[in-house]
Amino acid sequence: MPEAPSYNGFVWKELIPAGAHWSGVIRRGTVLRMTDLQGGANVSMLINNLEVKNERYNMPDTLKAQKTAFLTTPNMCFSDMGRVMCSVIADTCGWHDTIGGLSNANMLQKKYGTKTYQEAHNDYFKNGHDSLINELEKWGLNESDIMPNLNWFSKVRVEDDGSMTFVENNSAAGDYVDLRFEMDCIVSLSTAQHPMDPSPEYNPKPVELSVYKAMKVEQDDPCRLHRGENERAYYNTKVFYGENPND
Amino acid sequence: MTKFDENRIVYREVVKAGDPWMHEVKAGQYFRIVDLEGNQAVDTLFYNAADQAERYSATDTIREQGKIYLTTGSELMSNRGNKMLTIVDDTCGRHDTIGGACSAESNTVRYAIEKRHMHSCRDSFLMALGSCSCNHGKTMKKEDLSSNINFFMNVPVSPDGHLDFDDGISAPGRYVEMKADMDVLVLVSNCPQLNNPCNGYNPTPVEMIIWE
Ligand SMILES: [Zn+2]
Ligand SMILES: [Zn+2]
Repeated sequence: MPEAPSYNGFVWKELIPAGAHWSGVIRRGTVLRMTDLQGGANVSMLINNLEVKNERYNMPDTLKAQKTAFLTTPNMCFSDMGRVMCSVIADTCGWHDTIGGLSNANMLQKKYGTKTYQEAHNDYFKNGHDSLINELEKWGLNESDIMPNLNWFSKVRVEDDGSMTFVENNSAAGDYVDLRFEMDCIVSLSTAQHPMDPSPEYNPKPVELSVYKAMKVEQDDPCRLHRGENERAYYNTKVFYGENPND
Repeated sequence: MTKFDENRIVYREVVKAGDPWMHEVKAGQYFRIVDLEGNQAVDTLFYNAADQAERYSATDTIREQGKIYLTTGSELMSNRGNKMLTIVDDTCGRHDTIGGACSAESNTVRYAIEKRHMHSCRDSFLMALGSCSCNHGKTMKKEDLSSNINFFMNVPVSPDGHLDFDDGISAPGRYVEMKADMDVLVLVSNCPQLNNPCNGYNPTPVEMIIWE
């Protein structure tokens, strides 16, 4: 595997354990790399604008604008306000799910039984829905902000009759995806298993987050050039930040 | 199969092209949307009437039924994993819940920056939330707009992950009918979109019928 780029300089990194949850601010002009350390990871993510928190990652607008049901490079993640939140600028995995949603407590109990904090301490079973509520609340957000989420590293294929299949072994150890943030964002994530993961074991995987300073976004940036829709959403983002939208 | 009985209608209204509509459907009641002239998209959200933090969830619905399209037998699930309504009859055959609702801002992205000022589903939703008397005096906001159902709309996804907006598969008089499993507030935008084939570029009225 080729050496991953370090862009314009390293900022920080952090290990997110399996089945955990995390949130933080990722600034415009930085790159968030998520690395699947062991293979088979899943990162359920919601994204909110830091300043105008009810601006959120919007699954339908992202998919409609780019005529795709999954994400990879050079896709962008669109907000519900016609702007770009982040761009997928590198991806060794190739398919990230946008339609599978989140695991919840009921589902985990049916699939894996229960493991409470009292029994298992920090290895208790955590699900995507509750984990994200836990993080959202820290920023003044709540259950109303649980929208169709991203599931990085997971693949759900849709057959011609509309049926959905979880494709196993989509991501291998060392796979990574780089998101260049185009907006100051609150990123909330859970490393719980994908809700369609057929594994009979509760067996989530850790991921590493690392943040770099991004290179300047040029006019010929592949994500901006991908489709007219992408450039127009980027134009709206520049206007939001008081920059000349034609740069 | 339910029997539609004119004598048991408790509510009936034609919603004009581009208008919002909000109404409560009680548990056990039936709710029918009729595509009067064909090829109309009806953007619809559902809320638990007693607690609007519980609402329709597109991802929970498609994942629990294992299929992205909605039709007879589809159980419309809430964000808390509860059944809200069940589709009990459908003469159209396929409805979308991936494509979301149009908004002024998404119109700038999808069509052209100058299209911001055309009327959109989100404007209709927000208008209904701000003015309807049937949401029990509770305030709802933009945050309460989650991913909706587009009744009568066709958004196919292929196994290689390509997604498209196709011409509708509805026709004049086709309808979809649901039975409510809980008391629900129904929020509708009879889509005013003029830029894509979801309405055949010509929004038309639909009829809402509730009966017991
Ligand atoms: Zn629509
Ligand atoms: Zn619309």
